[in-house]
Amino acid sequence: MEAASGYFEHDADIGIVGTGATVEEAFVSAARAMFAIQSELDSVQSVEAIEIDFEEGDLELALVRWLNALLAASRERGIVLHAFGLEREGARWRGWARGERWRDGLERGTEVKGATLTMLSVSHEAGGWEARCVVDV
Amino acid sequence: MDVSRLKPIDATSWTLPLREGESRGEVRLFADAGLLAAMDEKVLEQIGNVARLPGLVGAAMTMPDAHWGYGFPIGGVAAFDPDRGGIISAGGVGFDIACGIRCLRTDLAADDIRAHARGLADSLFGSIPAGVGEEGDIKLTPKQLDQVLIGGARWAVKQGYGAEEDLEYIEERGCMSGAAPASVSELAKKRQRGEMGTLGSGNHYLEVQTVERIYDEQAARAFGLAQGQVMVSIHCGSRGLGHQIGTDYLVSLAKAAKRLGLELPDRELACAPINSPEGQEYLGAMNAAINVALANRQILTHLTRRVFGHFFREARIETLFDVSHNTCKPEWHEIGGEQRLLYVHRKGATRAFGPGHPGLPERYRATGQPVIIGGSMGTGSYVLVGTSDSENRAFSSASHGAGRAMSRNQALRQWRGREIIDELAGRGILIRTKSMRGAAEEAPGAYKDVNAVAEATERAGLARRVALLAPRICVKG
Repeated sequence: MEAASGYFEHDADIGIVGTGATVEEAFVSAARAMFAIQSELDSVQSVEAIEIDFEEGDLELALVRWLNALLAASRERGIVLHAFGLEREGARWRGWARGERWRDGLERGTEVKGATLTMLSVSHEAGGWEARCVVDV
Repeated sequence: MDVSRLKPIDATSWTLPLREGESRGEVRLFADAGLLAAMDEKVLEQIGNVARLPGLVGAAMTMPDAHWGYGFPIGGVAAFDPDRGGIISAGGVGFDIACGIRCLRTDLAADDIRAHARGLADSLFGSIPAGVGEEGDIKLTPKQLDQVLIGGARWAVKQGYGAEEDLEYIEERGCMSGAAPASVSELAKKRQRGEMGTLGSGNHYLEVQTVERIYDEQAARAFGLAQGQVMVSIHCGSRGLGHQIGTDYLVSLAKAAKRLGLELPDRELACAPINSPEGQEYLGAMNAAINVALANRQILTHLTRRVFGHFFREARIETLFDVSHNTCKPEWHEIGGEQRLLYVHRKGATRAFGPGHPGLPERYRATGQPVIIGGSMGTGSYVLVGTSDSENRAFSSASHGAGRAMSRNQALRQWRGREIIDELAGRGILIRTKSMRGAAEEAPGAYKDVNAVAEATERAGLARRVALLAPRICVKG
């Protein structure tokens, strides 16, 4: 399955979808979908990097923890993220992301408050993985 | 929503009959048939799930502005008894803990601001940090932040942000008791470092309004409202700290529920018994976030006064009321002739104490609490007053906003931000925002008819309309 980011409908908030050949790739695509709500990712430059490291055996909760860890790190440091990577060994997840501090000229989209457990699913389909959940905006 | 599944009790209240073999508490929906028909089917599914949670007292309810949320529907109200296994749910409060509206009344009239409208709009936009990525000027040390978590708006007033008199007109007199800074993660505290005195994004706003219509002269007098008067409403919440507490406890309570053997119909209803260590820990953290929201709105009130003072040196700007609409609060309610302490979740619902309630400031004791229904940036907002009926009907709760009528993605497909801003400018409403995407998502047409919501709220006996406020200037995140 090709790595791709997309959205699904939700009344008040926004449903995000990430797909990929591996579960890690699907999570990375979901991260791109989430940060694209906040800014135009192609305009963001890789100036700063962050690392994410957590343990989670439940695939669905791992998606939520990955997305929320990215949100927390970006808000704590005042940066917008646009490039992501993720690796997994059993229940251990190690990821990275790059971006830059908010500056004039970057599109201001809508702030994402958190990834929720609503419509949360991580599924293996023919040829790849799909990860989805609703994010609160 | 398929209204045929519901059984009408009267024109604005409905119940969902139990299906064969189904076991849950009562579900009660407050709305007229038109609003109900327009609601997503998910509202019914979500409030039905809430009615399955342990220790529910009375019905799980939705307000007339209800729409599909996460865990609880937005506009959901449910009360739980701690002595009967009742739970507290992070999904029943949401990420933006104590999101709410501070409504300010001024002694200015519409004519006073007309000549200064553009300057006022630009100055407010320049002074109020709004939108994703924006930080405020106030940077707190860890010790100072702990003082905010304990002190709420009282802390802000002590620092010179506003007047002692403001506190009288904030829920809990500006300070929620039971806050436990130790239950708030270091990450949550770090996220708040640059976010004190910021508005946020999405549906948050600071709006300059004028009183367009008075519905209830007596209550309007008690509230100090008159036709043509300039008002200011500030809609925002507990910012990064509240978002992180929601994040932290959503996962930890979901795991706790599993460990405690609570069967959740939806994982988003992550919860623990109120009397459990996990429940108490979340409660302490949530109370701390309520205080951050109260302090945040107090600081924004101060910034607003400073801008108005530049244009109108003698203007008086007083707090009408500050009410949160994403909370779980311990309250005494009469159940079957007996006073019981219940934990009332209101997610996208406003507390609406009626006349005589001891929790109200003296000025409103005889009238009832000001209730604020925030509308979209192009329509209007309502000030209502709490009623005695609401206590019996909905644990003293009412609607909090217009409620979305379509998703943000649908709105983006339908409108462009610049067109919305220009169209509203043509109607005399000045929008100031850095986010064209946000302006499109928040297009007035993406919301339900706030007039219908306010009318249904009144007809359902939840709160009574006092005044309609028309937007003049709107600063959006």
